[in-house]
Amino acid sequence: MDTLLRSEIFIMTLVIGVYMACVWLYRKTRLGLLHPLLLSIPLLAVIIRLLDIPYEDFERGSRIINFMLGPTVVSLGYLLYEQKEHLKANGVSIITSVIVGSVVGILSVVLIARLMGADRTLIATLQPKSVTTPIAMSIAERSGGIPSIAAVVVILVGIFGGIVGPFILDKMGIESKIARGLALGSAAHGLGTARAMELGALEGAISGLAIGVMGIATAILVPIIELFV
Amino acid sequence: MLTGIFIILLFFALGEALAWLTGGFIPGSVLGMILLFAALCMKIVKPEQVKPVARFLCDNMALFFVPAGVGIINALDILSRYWQAVLVSCAVSTVLVIIVVAGLQQWQENRKEAKTTASTTDAGTGNKEAIPERPETVSCRAENNTASDL
Repeated sequence: MDTLLRSEIFIMTLVIGVYMACVWLYRKTRLGLLHPLLLSIPLLAVIIRLLDIPYEDFERGSRIINFMLGPTVVSLGYLLYEQKEHLKANGVSIITSVIVGSVVGILSVVLIARLMGADRTLIATLQPKSVTTPIAMSIAERSGGIPSIAAVVVILVGIFGGIVGPFILDKMGIESKIARGLALGSAAHGLGTARAMELGALEGAISGLAIGVMGIATAILVPIIELFV
Repeated sequence: MLTGIFIILLFFALGEALAWLTGGFIPGSVLGMILLFAALCMKIVKPEQVKPVARFLCDNMALFFVPAGVGIINALDILSRYWQAVLVSCAVSTVLVIIVVAGLQQWQENRKEAKTTASTTDAGTGNKEAIPERPETVSCRAENNTASDL
């Protein structure tokens, strides 16, 4: 029984099954806090505890799913390509805004976390918080952070940014659809994009573009900022 | 489909090789993403070759974080120790990013607009800068905004 529970086929089926159930529930309820990841991660943690599956076995069993993160980041290059018309038309201003946003995002999170006494590992984990999850995890890992915390933090940031974003944009009186989409995608990655798509098609497309540019900018800027801060 | 899988893996491998050559400064997957984007723009790779695989991966992206996310059970003590720092720094920083990106983008667009109206009034000057209007044809591809696209 134990060997079956710890086998690759059992663990993979379990992970995909739990995830699909959570997606179904999320689609039914549409509640931000019931995001499939926020639900499936603790649920699986509880299940493997109850079934007495050691974490090492779980990790080994699910490594094929985990491996897919890399190819997913690569295929974001295709999504970026789909938005290249927008990049062509407004390239300079978009890249400038996102790069400045990325610097502000990295510096502010590092400085505040440090002031509040967070340790090195945690700070390395928080640096890529505004970046789409698979990129954030590899950035965190590269800087000596903890990828699993990065994943959860990034999702929470996305939910938060998606909720407060449109409110802040209205308060600031931002009228440009490009600026609105860009801000949501830069700060809150895919969850910001989902929100931007509710505001309009142009906002959504620009927001999707911002995810890619922000990911690249942050991957390049984090090691540079680490040299100085 | 198989061609698509091969292309994605090939660019991942190329990215990893480049990362290794540059001392791991930037993650290999991110370099692979940039290389794939460049190859598509230069028409070395045809979009329809990678589209089905890229779509599949991106639409189900959230699933691929789950195993790593469960690893958080090994990091509970560090989180419980510093949860205030995590909460405050992330919330403040997120708000700052929204304000800076939106403000800067709007400011740049206002300036560009002021420039084009100025150049139309005193005809001719700086016409070479006449920036093409943003295309209004919006490819609203990602309408299946499910749990994916994180």
